[in-house]
Amino acid sequence: MSLLSVHDLKVHFPVRTGKFGDGKSVVKAVDGVDLTIDVNETLAVVGESGCGKSTTGNAILGLAPVTGGKIFFEGRDLSGLSKAERKHVWREMQVVFQDPVSALNPRRTIAQSIAEPLVIHNFPPAEIAARVDELMTLVGLNRDQRDRRPGALSGGQRQRVVIARALALNPKLIICDEPVSALDVSIQSQILNLLIRLQDELGLSYLFIAHDLSVVRHIADRVVIMYLGVVVEQGPTAEVFANPVHPYTEALISAIPLPDPSLRGKRKRIVLKGDLPSPLNPPVGCPFVTRCQLAESQCETDRPPLEPITETRMKRCFVRQH
Amino acid sequence: MTLLAIQDLSVRAGDLSLVDGVTLDVGAGEVVALVGESGSGKSLTALSVMGLLGDGLTIESGSITLGEANLSGASASVMSELRGNEIAMIFQEPVSSLNPLVPVGAQVAESLIVHGRATAEEAKAQAIDMLRQVGIPEPESRARQLPAELSGGMCQRVMIAAAFISKPRLLIADEPTTALDVTIQAQILELMSALTTETGTAILLITHDMGVVAELADRVCVMYGGCVVEQGPVDTIFAKPRHPYTRMLLNTLPRLDEEPKGELFAIPGNVPSPQDWPSGCRFQTRCDRPTAACFERPELQGDAHRFACFHPTGVAS
Repeated sequence: MSLLSVHDLKVHFPVRTGKFGDGKSVVKAVDGVDLTIDVNETLAVVGESGCGKSTTGNAILGLAPVTGGKIFFEGRDLSGLSKAERKHVWREMQVVFQDPVSALNPRRTIAQSIAEPLVIHNFPPAEIAARVDELMTLVGLNRDQRDRRPGALSGGQRQRVVIARALALNPKLIICDEPVSALDVSIQSQILNLLIRLQDELGLSYLFIAHDLSVVRHIADRVVIMYLGVVVEQGPTAEVFANPVHPYTEALISAIPLPDPSLRGKRKRIVLKGDLPSPLNPPVGCPFVTRCQLAESQCETDRPPLEPITETRMKRCFVRQH
Repeated sequence: MTLLAIQDLSVRAGDLSLVDGVTLDVGAGEVVALVGESGSGKSLTALSVMGLLGDGLTIESGSITLGEANLSGASASVMSELRGNEIAMIFQEPVSSLNPLVPVGAQVAESLIVHGRATAEEAKAQAIDMLRQVGIPEPESRARQLPAELSGGMCQRVMIAAAFISKPRLLIADEPTTALDVTIQAQILELMSALTTETGTAILLITHDMGVVAELADRVCVMYGGCVVEQGPVDTIFAKPRHPYTRMLLNTLPRLDEEPKGELFAIPGNVPSPQDWPSGCRFQTRCDRPTAACFERPELQGDAHRFACFHPTGVAS
């Protein structure tokens, strides 16, 4: 049984349009997403801004309204839970956001920030103090930093504090929303190593939301590629990177700037035309049709289904079969 | 031929030294990447060239020349004559760098009108032409739109159009693709590369992304703690880095061809803030090979490939 499974998740936001805000329209930020995460697995959700990857994470956390579909955590349907039951589920599911500066209260000490989830869940004070020490050691913070405030720490140390706080209640799943993209390059690898080590030691599962594909390639077991609110391809990371099937995945991977000047001019690079279409007015057929080099007439009118390529891989494309 | 020459530039804020003795040059038509992490002084070096240092920041010493013109001692009126004419700059955040209340076409045309290089009518026509050149569809109608009506990638194209319309000799690009998605980044890099080939504009490219450097730069200049630690041709820097910081920086990058989930190389410690910079070699606190010699400040040595280290790595290139 998978730890988390999401079926046909939809998150739609009503928006006002028109010159005087008198028109009504709907942004389909997430429009039918399916995904599963196993115990001790890292699933990366990848895509460009506006593709719905963060909204998917927020919906799982209960931070965005679910318009349709179901979210199951350890087999329990999250939509049918009472408030008390939800609070219990949230202990198992924590989040690490991109920007550690805004994720920490500047007026609280490091120890107070890490202790917060424990206080909310009514742990006895003596136990909290011991647990905070243990967590600080676990994430590689020095215990004499307990009484410092976030302002006195570097970006990498702050992200360690955020990770310690997320681990406080022994969660099973951590949703990491761009956890290293605000950090300096020399610090990114420290935090990625920490996340990998914690997963090994604690048996954690990660939903890893990111746009940096070389980071994703390094950390994720499986990857889901999203475009305009839908999944266009998914499968084991190594296979998807070696042999992308969907034209968008192919373009995305070919666009990664590689740190090797000897490859300049030698790589086959697919430069997509134009921008992401407005989510207010997405294409009728395949969401990628406006930028696809392989588009055929059927792609304009019909939406391709997400269909299996192999036992572990799926794609949403009429043209490319494998 | 050297276009931009920065000699021994130092910038400080009060007592705090932020850029410390930077020497760097950019040849005509050349793309030089200035690489470093936050606080390394790369953006301040660029702003010094533009004469745009903020309040409280002063150039303590050093000289900056662009061709014949001396920029470091130039008056405000001389600088505004050069800016947008001989030197142009594009910034990381296209949306906040454009005036939200002025149609984008007028913002592209502005530098031509300000510098008296064209009448309003001609400038408008040239602006539309430039917007077409940077790949904006329907440039006539787009030119009348406000920045908020365009996407981030489009706004960056507008910035590039505004920078290139005066055919500057030098373009300073400060993290031009950092705020953009990968597929848009690929478009912008391709565009910048095509425009420089066409106009012969030199680029000082400020970035922390070694992938972008490898795609675009002819030469690389690596900064750490307000100093240049290494500079040389792009192939040499990637293949045979001599400064330990450059080597470690390249080693930290996750590569597409390696085993996933292995331990990534990590540079120990944190990027120090300027008040914590050690005297002598700035990298000694994070280096894997410091000795007593490193309490002295190493000078840049070498010719085409220069590095500032007493214990350089690897073999001579």
